[in-house]
Amino acid sequence: MAASKLKKTFLAPLGKDNPVFVQILGICSTLAVTNKLENTMVMTLGVMFTTALSSWTLSVMRKWIPSRIRMMVETMIIATYVIIVDIALKAYYPEMWKQLGPYVGLIITNCIVMGRIEAFALQNKPMLSLVDGLASGMGYAYVLLIIAFFRELLGTGSLWGYQILGSWWTNWSIMIMPPGGFFMLAIFIWIVREAILKEGHHE
Amino acid sequence: MSDIFFPLAVFFAAVFTNNILLTNYLGMCSFLSVSKELETSAGLGIAVTFVMAVTTALNWLVYEFVLVPFQLEYLRFIVFIIVIAAFVQLIEMIIERYSEGLYFALGIFLPLITVNCAILGASLFMVIREYTFMTSFFFGLGSGLGWFLAILAMAGIRQRLRTAKIPAGLEGPGISLVIAGFMAMAFMGFNGMITIS
Repeated sequence: MAASKLKKTFLAPLGKDNPVFVQILGICSTLAVTNKLENTMVMTLGVMFTTALSSWTLSVMRKWIPSRIRMMVETMIIATYVIIVDIALKAYYPEMWKQLGPYVGLIITNCIVMGRIEAFALQNKPMLSLVDGLASGMGYAYVLLIIAFFRELLGTGSLWGYQILGSWWTNWSIMIMPPGGFFMLAIFIWIVREAILKEGHHE
Repeated sequence: MSDIFFPLAVFFAAVFTNNILLTNYLGMCSFLSVSKELETSAGLGIAVTFVMAVTTALNWLVYEFVLVPFQLEYLRFIVFIIVIAAFVQLIEMIIERYSEGLYFALGIFLPLITVNCAILGASLFMVIREYTFMTSFFFGLGSGLGWFLAILAMAGIRQRLRTAKIPAGLEGPGISLVIAGFMAMAFMGFNGMITIS
């Protein structure tokens, strides 16, 4: 019983409750770094870390937080984990820290983190909240990684900084510029929604 | 470029060439969900512009005179968020007390603003780019106006699209993102007008 609930909690954000293409949440801070696969990977790991641990922390404390100042407490918890990510990156991976610039700090205002806390962690046990937070972060991560994959490949002909496509390839520079991010996300949402709609007709 | 004109250059760059929404993707959540009506978009746009200009300047003061002297720079995320939230709360109380009309026009947008990533984003950019006080204020004002311009244009286009036939899967957020992409391309036409390092 408990195991099946755990599994359900884990799988929902990866598919039918995906934060990006179903709920359209939290694209603000991370879409900006999807022009490189490596940056996206680091950034989404940061988001996963933050969502999972802040959901867990809030769930542990949920019975002692007065509901009037709930938002403030939530923000403090999230900001604490984001500061950990920021300091760790600055210490161990300074070039990446420089490239990501303000976007690491902006994880605080990413709607997914706050959204999962409000919608899930406030009513559920710590372990379940941890899993939910982690899975939401992963559901978010794989969508952005797919987008980053196409943007870097089409825009520069390389992946993870290594040249993949030969000299015959003409770079689509628009893909690594801002409009490319909007178009890729739109195309992705379009494809997934068509698939969901089709599935709905069969049932 | 002389020092006197630098804040102005930053201002115009923030509105056109480095639009915070169309080049940095900040403030997307409210941009996508609120841009259905022209009037509400304008209300939110004004509120964002005002809050962004003032909080960027306030955060500059806090950063320079409190965080740097005490070597607490790493606390900037928390401190900036608190300043923004407190300022929004204060404004809400003031306009509720003195102007009922304005409260009903703008009041509902104010809580939305605290979580708008563009507001915090402007403050974080200001720190990274090491702007002076005046430049920070103009940067905040320009970013707010740029956001205002983008959401207004988007709302106008979406109102026209209401009767258009759109593929089912692309309805709602999908088509808005496509429009945003075209708008970003259009704004790229401003590139080269102003270049700031």
